[in-house]
Amino acid sequence: MKEGEFRIPSGCAIAALIHKDKHRENGERITQAMQMMHERSNGLGGGFAAYGIYPEHKNEYALHLFYDTLQCKDACEAYLSHHWNILHEEEIPTKPHSQIKDAPLIWRYFIESVEHDENKMTETMFYVNTSITGAYIFSCGKNMGVFKGVGYPEDLAEFYCLNQYQAYTWIAHGRYPTNTPGWWAGAHPFGMLDFALVHNGEISSYDANRRYIEMFDYPCSLLTDTEVITYELDFLMRKHQLSFVECADILAAPFWDEIDQMRPDKKRYYTMLRRNLGSMLINGPFSIILGFQDGVGAMNDRLKLRSLMIGEQASCVYMASEESAIRKMSPQLNRLFSLKAQEAYVVTYEEDAK
Amino acid sequence: MKKQPKYEIIKDQDRCDTCRACEFQCANGVYHYDAEKKKMIIDSLSCVNCQRCVEYCHQNALKIIANRNEYHHGYWQMEDMQEIYQQAEHGGMLLSSMGNDKAYPKYFDHLLINASQVTNPSIDPLREPMEVRTFLGKRTHHITRDTNGNIQIKVHPHLHLKTPILFAGMSLGAISYPAHQALLEAAKALGTFYNCGEGGLPKAFYSDKDSIIVQVASGRFGVDPTYLKHSAAIEIKIGQGAKPGIGGHLPSRKNSALIADTRMIEEGSEAISPAPHHDIYSIEDLRQLVNSLKEATQYEKPIIVKVAAVHNIAAICSGIARSGADIIYIDGMRGGSGAVPTRIRDHVGIPLELALASVDQTLREEGIREDVSIIAAGGIRNSADVLKAIALGADAVAIGTAALIAMGCHMCCDCTKGNCNWGIATQKDALVKRLHVEQAKRQLIHLIQAWTLELKEMMGGMGICSIEALRGNRMMLRGIHLQEEELRILQVKHAGSR
Repeated sequence: MKEGEFRIPSGCAIAALIHKDKHRENGERITQAMQMMHERSNGLGGGFAAYGIYPEHKNEYALHLFYDTLQCKDACEAYLSHHWNILHEEEIPTKPHSQIKDAPLIWRYFIESVEHDENKMTETMFYVNTSITGAYIFSCGKNMGVFKGVGYPEDLAEFYCLNQYQAYTWIAHGRYPTNTPGWWAGAHPFGMLDFALVHNGEISSYDANRRYIEMFDYPCSLLTDTEVITYELDFLMRKHQLSFVECADILAAPFWDEIDQMRPDKKRYYTMLRRNLGSMLINGPFSIILGFQDGVGAMNDRLKLRSLMIGEQASCVYMASEESAIRKMSPQLNRLFSLKAQEAYVVTYEEDAK
Repeated sequence: MKKQPKYEIIKDQDRCDTCRACEFQCANGVYHYDAEKKKMIIDSLSCVNCQRCVEYCHQNALKIIANRNEYHHGYWQMEDMQEIYQQAEHGGMLLSSMGNDKAYPKYFDHLLINASQVTNPSIDPLREPMEVRTFLGKRTHHITRDTNGNIQIKVHPHLHLKTPILFAGMSLGAISYPAHQALLEAAKALGTFYNCGEGGLPKAFYSDKDSIIVQVASGRFGVDPTYLKHSAAIEIKIGQGAKPGIGGHLPSRKNSALIADTRMIEEGSEAISPAPHHDIYSIEDLRQLVNSLKEATQYEKPIIVKVAAVHNIAAICSGIARSGADIIYIDGMRGGSGAVPTRIRDHVGIPLELALASVDQTLREEGIREDVSIIAAGGIRNSADVLKAIALGADAVAIGTAALIAMGCHMCCDCTKGNCNWGIATQKDALVKRLHVEQAKRQLIHLIQAWTLELKEMMGGMGICSIEALRGNRMMLRGIHLQEEELRILQVKHAGSR
């Protein structure tokens, strides 16, 4: 059995490293941070998202795919080349690792993009992932990529040779699922266009959120919190042009008792959001880190039921489930704090960043 | 054919001190004291099992049990034969009251509720906020920005409830004036809504319009612009769970001066509610009525359309959602009525749980679920039913029978006769006086408060702290003793499955 056939609660470790000036570095420090939180994973899933790794293909979609068989690879490639112009394709380099077993075929494709073809790309992703058995698009953004699989994050980093990639933002996830699905596509981050989302916690509003977002043609095929939260954010940020902070006002809305005491304009704002978009409200514990084209956002649940620490040092921002992981990446920090309940924290790249 | 009594009255002679309370309390004339013989004469044939005498017997000397006399045929049960005797004698339709009491499945009792363990925390309502505030009406995701870049989303007219439980519509005529007073007063105190039913709105209630839902039913009793104005929402009653497809009839003997005045009809006349609305023979006609009512009330109030759960309920509700209505009220087959042909009550309609699940799913598949809110009603017995209905997809529930029981109803289901010993389903002055408004109001308030507490406790247990996160959250339910097809319609997994 795998994701999508039943629901699997997971505990997790999450972390991020962001260079606001878009200075790039390899995957070593983020890997060390994940190694520090080894106990928060159980070896059944881990992954990384890296932004800025394909500068020579930055205007093209970079598709990362898992294939169970050569047959499904053929079928998928036929589908892709029918709908898109594939400019370059290659197997993603990996290094054999004693702890990483049963890896599928892992390929990447650089695909020509024209204006306003984002919806076409998400449709391709939904089609391949739900209709071509054995093929799975787990990353489809531009100048970014997701690397994930079954194993501990630090082992997967070696497997994927992440020390060979230069990124200005790294986001990482170590998973503690409560059973043994052993399906590579079920690992996190969850990638969709330029979004890469990692999440810690198990939300209790899952089915209410799922059944709402499915009305807008987001098929929740994995039955994971990460998937449904990504879809909600895509719906709000990409389709409705809301900021990450505004999304937090909906997903982790203030309580009515708080709203009742706000000044009139704020009260009106939050009342309007909750009365209309209450079905997107998330209940239960979550801390999330979302990578997007302009930056990175972090958000905590309304009751602060999951940990998320943020550290700032010069033009770098660090995020992690535990302070130890942040200190591992940067022992010196200008500022270190715990993200508050309901609060959104956003890092945007500096304007003159290359 | 001699009529068999349905009940036997058993009196403990040793305990009875002949205080005659039973005689004074029984409006059906079951008890008669024979002064000469110094003996209480009991006519059990007149007994409807309202339990009034039992409650008032300070010696606890009375018991009412089902008639132990039996006909011994495995197929032709006593009830079947009695009904045949009755119809053979009178040639009329059999009448009943309240809701379907037959042994159809009670799906609520086949649904189990989830709770958090280890992988996420339960939330303690004593320590954390637990939100049950509910808004009923249209929701939209149409987001624009004003010139300052601020988000603008249209907020449609909504009913604002402090707890997701409303009182169902019951007309003045079906139930008494003090019962209406108690329901209104309780709704005001609870931050929910009283529904005046189809019998008009007493003028004395006008000042409380913000807690009132007024009904526009096929008889249009008491409907004029002033009536529409004195409400928080308007409910178009197409059908009723107890009697889908059937109209109503308030007999002339119940049509007192107050009722006639409230209904705007002649005192002592027969008050007939036609089976259909004679201006609604199809869905596009409904749309015109919805729009007319909105036009008449300056688009300030949500419009509710109440329908009985029938076979094609999903398609019907899909049509209603596209009619401009803001709220759909689904009344399941266990819903009550003051008077209903027995065969209709017991055989027409479908269970609320299946109807609700099917409607919610259909509206989602069509992408129009947010265009309407859903009120589920018809047989909601306790807070677990409330929670299960919301998890199946309702925004709120309405209670009629449970509210009557809270006021003292003992479910004798003999409302048609108008002899309600509890002062609820009667218009006879001497009986109406028995219902004390303050006490009934207090009991209603207590009931809803208790259910709300239980609802919060169960929500906290499953790690949910806002009612909107429970709405349609079917993963929080598991079925037990259900067939595959039933699970498919309810869209819940069987208990024990992953």
